[in-house]
Parts: sequence; C-alpha cells; structure tokens
Amino acid sequence: MAGSRQTIGVLALQGDVREHELVLEKLGVAHRQVRTPADLAGIDGLIIPGGESSVIDKLSRIFELREPLIAAIAEGLPVLGTCAGLILLATRVIGAIDGQQTFGGLDIEVERNAFGGQLESFEMSFDMPIIDGEPVRAAFIRAPIIRDVRGCAIIATLPNGEIVGVRSGACVGIAFHPELVGETRVHAWWLNSVVAGAQR
Amino acid sequence: MAEKTVGTPLVKSGLAEMLKGGVIMDVVTADQAKIAEDAGAVAVMALERVPADIRSQGGVARMSDPDLIDQIIAAVSIPVMAKARIGHFVEAQVLQSLGVDYIDESEVLSPADYVNHIDKWPFTVPFVCGATNLGEALRRITEGASMIRSKGEAGTGDVSEATKHIRTIRGEIAALSAKSEDELYVAAKELQAPLELVRLVAREKKLPVVLFVAGGVATPADAAMMMQLGADGVFVGSGIFKSGNPVERAKAIVKATTAFTDAKVIADVSRGLGEAMVGINVSDLPAPHRLAERGW
Repeated sequence: MAGSRQTIGVLALQGDVREHELVLEKLGVAHRQVRTPADLAGIDGLIIPGGESSVIDKLSRIFELREPLIAAIAEGLPVLGTCAGLILLATRVIGAIDGQQTFGGLDIEVERNAFGGQLESFEMSFDMPIIDGEPVRAAFIRAPIIRDVRGCAIIATLPNGEIVGVRSGACVGIAFHPELVGETRVHAWWLNSVVAGAQR
Repeated sequence: MAEKTVGTPLVKSGLAEMLKGGVIMDVVTADQAKIAEDAGAVAVMALERVPADIRSQGGVARMSDPDLIDQIIAAVSIPVMAKARIGHFVEAQVLQSLGVDYIDESEVLSPADYVNHIDKWPFTVPFVCGATNLGEALRRITEGASMIRSKGEAGTGDVSEATKHIRTIRGEIAALSAKSEDELYVAAKELQAPLELVRLVAREKKLPVVLFVAGGVATPADAAMMMQLGADGVFVGSGIFKSGNPVERAKAIVKATTAFTDAKVIADVSRGLGEAMVGINVSDLPAPHRLAERGW
C-alpha cells in the first residue's frame, strides 16, 4: 500500500513541485526533490509536475538530467506526469517550440495548450473508471489533450470524449492537476497500482 | 461541477503555481518574446516600453497597443501577461478580450485611479499585483489578485527595494504566525486586511497565492538572492533587453533561478555576460519618481 517504505522523487526544476509534495505528505509517503542525476538513485517512482514543458525540457538538458531520466524511464522507473509532465513523457508533441524535446515513455501524440489560453482553463469533476467513489475533481491549466494513443491504455476521458489520461506499463500521464484541488486518489492509485507493482 | 467551469479562484491562482521556479521577462516586440521563450522564460510580460525607458522618456505610461499584444500572443506558446494601469478596469477589460493569460495591475504604468484598485473578482483572466508589505498584499488578494509580486523599483537595475519588500512580507508573515488567536484581531486592524485572510496567513505561514519578486533584478546573482529570500520566482524587466547581451543574460538568469543555492553554477553563468543594464541608484531618485509608492 501507499506509504510502505516507498520514496517518491519529484522532479524539481520548475513548476508546482510543492503541491505534489503536499499530496505525498497527506498519503504518508516519503519524498525527495530530484534536481541532479544523483537524486534519482533509490527512488521507487518519479513525479514530473506541472509547469512549462519547454522550460523543464531546457533545464533538464542544462543540468544534465535528460539522459539519466530517459535511461531510468526505459528501465521501468514508475513515472507520473501531470500536464507539462504528460507532454514531457509523450513521444510526439503538437505545438512544441523549436528544438523542444521530450523524455518519451508514452508512445502518444499530445497537443500543447489544446483547450486554449488561460481564459479557457477550467476545473471540473469527471468519472475515472480506475478511481472508485465520487467523480475526480481536477484543474486543467492551459492543459494539453492526447490526440493519438497508439498502444497506450486510456485511463481518463472527459464526457465529450477528449482523452486526458493514459498509461503504458509503469508510465502514467494525465493532462490535469489533481494536486491543485486536494484530490489525492489519483496519486494513491498510482502508488498502489503502478509503483507498488513495478517489476524493476 | 460536472461542467467545465472557467475563471474560478483556483484556476486563476493555478496558473501562477505552474510558473513557480521560473523567470517572467518583459518584452516590447514579438521578436523579443521569441528570444525570451527560447532562453527559457516561463512567461513573458508584453509592454510598450520597458520601465527604464518609461523613466527616461517620462510622460503617461499606458496599456500597450492591442496589435502589439496580438503579435506577442501569436509569437509564443508560453503564457503572455500584459500591464494595465492601477484602477483602469477598462484597460483590463480590453486585455481580457485580447486573450492575455494574466494581467499585471502595475505601478510601472501611470495610475488611472488614486483611490481604488481594479475589482478583480468579475474577471475570468487572473491578475498579479505589486505589494511592498503584507497588508498591501492582503488588500490586493481581497480585491481578487491571484498572484503577488514585490514592487521593487522597476527600471533602475537596483535590487534593494525588491529585497526590502520580500524581507518585509516574509518577516510580517513570520511575526503573524507567532501571534496567538486573540492577537489576530488587532493584527488585522493594523494590516488593514480582513480577519479571515489574516487568520489563514497566520495558520499556513504563507500567502494564499504565489509570491514573485519584481523590480531591479539585473543579474543571475540578483535572481538567486531573491529565490534564497523565499520568492517563488522572479520577474525581470529592463534587466535583460537593456543589457549588452540579452540572449546570454536571459539564459543565465533562468539557470541561476533554478540552481539558486549553488554558488558555483551562479558563478559560471555570470561569466562574460557583458554589460548589465546601466542602472540608477534608488536613493538618487526624487521621491515623486519612486514607483513603489504608487498603490496602497
């Protein structure tokens, strides 16, 4: 179960790092900020937070985290990417800036700012089959939409059919922010069903 | 909330949360916006003249030409902010209609109302406002601001005012959180802020919104110092495009803001940057030209 001797890394180059840490604290899970390649050693899973995907990409190269991250993901390190984190896990990005790169992990095509600018940012509740009980509440901030899922499993869809969450093995990406609204069940599911079951 | 609901307080402050750890850069053209994005800016602030030019040229400083804002929005994929004059709610309505991602109700422009700030609650677009102390920050939040920045003394390259504001705000929060419940009534009176908000800050030991620093940040070391003092991120105004080598300086400030505790990185990125912006000492500015005193 969540909390039992897991240590989760949170990629802390830019973005809403603190909000993810607060969710992990609520769930009783140890966490550590990942800023250098050495910080990746010994973690059981990694969260890539929301932020600006183009900036986190650049910083990951500047601080020489990009190659170690790609290697860790390829070796099966469980990863949860939210919003910018989802974009950084996608193999193809629509609307990327010149030279923008990703880590890969999810063989999907994702469109940046797919709902529009901040005026179109929204919060809503929607059903996620993997989460029991009440609908999941989340914020979508200049959020991406997944346009092509290839072989990945869809884990979240809005009522109008927009795909906002996928999983491929130990790699999970969601377009929204449960961490901004105090929603802990998506993280708990990832810890219990993905991180705890990972074969590494 | 089974429907998409826009413009909620959470959605407004949520974008600011995503900007944390980043650098927001002033730009006056679409080309500069692209340079800023390529250098790693987390957002750009579109304006007609950078503060250093507003100071040297004088006159009334207003919202930018909508054409310029359209061009900047078209040029970049990162959030675009734009400035409205303090109290000028129609400039804010115009900026919202243009689709900017954030409005800065800014003392850098000439105030349009010396009594009232904009009532920010009715807007879908979020606002960032300047503050020199905790009371001012809480009054702006009460009016609907979703992000607070220090005022600093924009356009000077002198970081001392920004330092004073962030230290003051952080110090006042620390003092507030040390008070007992029965002392918060007087604290609210002294801060001239609502009791509920004062209680929230005392309990959480932080503002309920993101706190950036702005005004006079000109070097990587300035940016890192603001981060070490507890800022969530930095605005850099005239400091980049008024310097000798904007591209390298912008990249250097981005790196120093991320690695703000690593003096070796800050040293490395500070090498060979060329001229910093010329700079004016705040103490040399006659009082009527000090921006921090605009807004209340």
